[in-house]
Amino acid sequence: MTDYRIKGETGEWEVVIGLEVHAQITTNAKLFSGAATAFGAEPNTQVSLVDAAMPGMLPVPNRECIRQAVRTGMAIEAQINKWSRFDRKNYFYADLPQGYQISQLYHPLVGEGSITVEADEKAGIPAPKVIGVERIHVEQDAGKLMHDQHPTMSYVDLNRSGVALMEIVSKPDMRSPAEAGAYVRKLRAILRYVGSCDGNMEEGSMRADVNVSVRKPGDEFGTRTETKNVNSVRFVMAVIEGEAKRQVELIESGGTVVQETRLYDPDRNETRSMRSKEDAHDYRYFPDPDLLPLELDDAFLAECRDSLPELPDAKRARYLAAGISAYNADVLTAEVEAARWFDALLDAGAKPVAAANWVTSELFGALNRMGRDISDSPVSPAQAAELLGLVADGTISGTIAKQVFEKMLETGDGAAAIVDRDGLKQTSDTGAIEAEIAKVLAANADKVAQYKGGKEALFGFFVGQTMKAMQGKANPQVVNELLKKALG
Amino acid sequence: MTDLTNLTVAQIRDGHRAGDFSAVEVAEAFNANVAGAKALNAFIVETPEHALAAAKQADADRAAGSLKPLSGVPIGMKDLFCTNGVQTTAASHMLGGFVPRYESTVSQKLWDAGAGMLGKLNLDQFAMGSSNETSYFGNVISPWKRKDGGNAALAPGGSSGGSSSAIAARLCPAATGTDTGGSIRQPAAFTGITGIKPTYGRCSRWGIVAFASSLDQAGPMARDVRDCAIMLENMAGFDPKDATSLDMPVPNWEAALSSDLKGKTVGIPKEYRLEGIDPDIDAMWDAGIAMLKDAGAAVVEISLPHTKYALPAYYIIAPAEASSNLARYDGVRYGLRDLPDGAGLQDMYAATRADGFGPEVKRRIMIGTYVLSAGFYDAYYTQAQKVRTLIARDFDAAFAVCDVILAPTAPSAAFGLGEKMADPLAMYLNDVFAVPASLAGLPAMSVPAALNREGLPLGLQIIGKAFDEQGVLNAGLAIEERAGFTARAEKWW
Repeated sequence: MTDYRIKGETGEWEVVIGLEVHAQITTNAKLFSGAATAFGAEPNTQVSLVDAAMPGMLPVPNRECIRQAVRTGMAIEAQINKWSRFDRKNYFYADLPQGYQISQLYHPLVGEGSITVEADEKAGIPAPKVIGVERIHVEQDAGKLMHDQHPTMSYVDLNRSGVALMEIVSKPDMRSPAEAGAYVRKLRAILRYVGSCDGNMEEGSMRADVNVSVRKPGDEFGTRTETKNVNSVRFVMAVIEGEAKRQVELIESGGTVVQETRLYDPDRNETRSMRSKEDAHDYRYFPDPDLLPLELDDAFLAECRDSLPELPDAKRARYLAAGISAYNADVLTAEVEAARWFDALLDAGAKPVAAANWVTSELFGALNRMGRDISDSPVSPAQAAELLGLVADGTISGTIAKQVFEKMLETGDGAAAIVDRDGLKQTSDTGAIEAEIAKVLAANADKVAQYKGGKEALFGFFVGQTMKAMQGKANPQVVNELLKKALG
Repeated sequence: MTDLTNLTVAQIRDGHRAGDFSAVEVAEAFNANVAGAKALNAFIVETPEHALAAAKQADADRAAGSLKPLSGVPIGMKDLFCTNGVQTTAASHMLGGFVPRYESTVSQKLWDAGAGMLGKLNLDQFAMGSSNETSYFGNVISPWKRKDGGNAALAPGGSSGGSSSAIAARLCPAATGTDTGGSIRQPAAFTGITGIKPTYGRCSRWGIVAFASSLDQAGPMARDVRDCAIMLENMAGFDPKDATSLDMPVPNWEAALSSDLKGKTVGIPKEYRLEGIDPDIDAMWDAGIAMLKDAGAAVVEISLPHTKYALPAYYIIAPAEASSNLARYDGVRYGLRDLPDGAGLQDMYAATRADGFGPEVKRRIMIGTYVLSAGFYDAYYTQAQKVRTLIARDFDAAFAVCDVILAPTAPSAAFGLGEKMADPLAMYLNDVFAVPASLAGLPAMSVPAALNREGLPLGLQIIGKAFDEQGVLNAGLAIEERAGFTARAEKWW
């Protein structure tokens, strides 16, 4: 259990957090119309007659959206409801052409499931924690109002109108900003593995409504507030921290928390009230009479299940079993592109532990320097496997491998070719090495004396000097052995 | 030469095919009738050029030997169907001047079948009404008059009152209608014509201005059963753009028409015998029973025990759906926008909707909003849905012992304009016999069967099993052949 607490004047407070994550389903077409869904298109160019709610237009469910939501549900081992239904949520707003949003209130597509966040001591998560997911339903997104186009008028862009969203509703199971952050990151990873959402929070493909309340540990849940449309992990954590503090201060100064909707202002890092429960809408939900209930057959469900890739938890377990460290396993599985790249590297014959170390340090370091993404890595998994193979079979040392990798990045040539061309093959020729060792020891007689006098730390110095004299090409193991003998 | 406007759809089709007359002659004759009948106010927009263009094409197609099912037949289009390039208003100020850039599936099918359009027919605003008195474009007048020495203007029924009036007055041989709770059958009965609401889902709703989605269904109105079969064949069919569309082949209803009802059983629902109903209605009903017996059918009494709950349930479900369906008329994107000086968004909504919707539409939006609100939803909407299920079960049970059901279409003959406008409940009661089949999604038809003592037409309703339009049409044909209904309104307009 997390021991995250807000320290108030009356003692410690526990924070209770639930998240409703809206994830845009990755498809070429909207939930109920054939219109395209490209991000960043010119305003009102991705709008069909249905999206603009012209008279007589009707919604027709897009099967691919349903499929992706079902696959997502399966990925969190949730109950899949073979019978679900769409409801209308009625309210007036200029970005909502129909005057209602088609959503699922009474019978969602996906029922209860769960997501496990990994232990993270530093973040105050001492052990893995299972966060419950209440439901996933699919619904339409609204359009966008633009207030900066005209001095007295607001403009409406309907490109997003009707885009398919999954609303993934957690249980109020999180108890710290770190847990909430880990939950969002893990959920994002799962969505990206499944391919049901690109997880791009900057473009609004994923955003969270953050429900926060506080209580004295052991008490009943307090009154919660909901902060809408928070669009980064950092902001989610900031909202929780700020909102929990605000609530504690409010209660301790004699006030009461009101159930309300709040907005987050990232520039000022604070939330402000948007509307309270009293003036909350009566959405008049009722089953959408334009749509029949959604009934899923076994063949459809089987295809959804069969098409699921290996998911982060399974992949992580496989890496751990191969001897990869927990830290590296976390790093490698966090992003689906990195995991896929790494798996390709293993498939090309690289040894898991060495490969994991090399990817997380050498490759990620290089990509970082170049400002590139793993998906456009200049080195392919096959090329990397070739390089790691040369280290594994003793053809080159780890040090030389770094040089070879740099040259691979510069020239695009293969590792073996570079080693051959530049004569970087490491030597185990004991005669040559012994000759250099003799020279090193002769030139450093004082240090040899100190070493023999008990300053054993100098051994590394002799190794370094020898390697330097050998231009790095000596087999380090052989150097060690011969040095020990010479100094012994 | 015969007056071409007295011909039925089948007669026009066959006569044109045989070369007895040209399609252009037919179109010109109907165009002239339309132009000469302003007093009926049946059309909101007249499109003689559309009818003529289709007629020219039909004549060319005949010359080329490539006739289509409705080549040479001009029809009227209820102004609830969106027509590409032609104003579509649903008879509401809200959509004044709205010109769609798309064509409803049903109207497109009719044009593809070679039909031409004489114009857009008046109706009750957003199809809400039973007398065609809620149109923003004025009342439609029935061509019929009571034979009582008076000259009262009569209602053509509603909501498809423009369609019924125009057909009865020979302004068009056939027209489209839509039926949510009787809007094809009741106006057909009031004007001595024939109309069928097919099984829910037979005709695509795509491009039809929505009233109540789970009930709305398009269907044909014409002068006889055969014409309804011909029209329906060219209106029905699966449409992937309508998620509630039936994915079934369209039968060849016309070819299978048969008035021989041997081996068929007709159910007579005892709950439709209302206390104090016009004796002419009961007499017509009894005559209808005799006609079906004469056609070879057996007759049994059946029970539809939840009938009395149908009308209240309908007036919860239909307004609930309408309150949501009509939310899109907000002044933001098309149609009327009323933007008072310095007004914000909420003011614009309020002003636009106050100005754009007529009183009956507002009444239903308010009823619908009320029955869906928190705290009332279960008591009204959920309860009404349960009633709907029970009514469907009533019909299932009845159809275990009979093939079709015979009942009056409406509880009265046409009433005078203004007679019921002050009392919405009295107006709603006019749909009492029509609404149950709508709630159950069943095919139902009205055929003219008699004149009442005032000389006004009365209609008999045949309700069939889901998908059994053929059974309904055949029973309708049996009545038509025996009723010998040839009366027509004398021209006064």
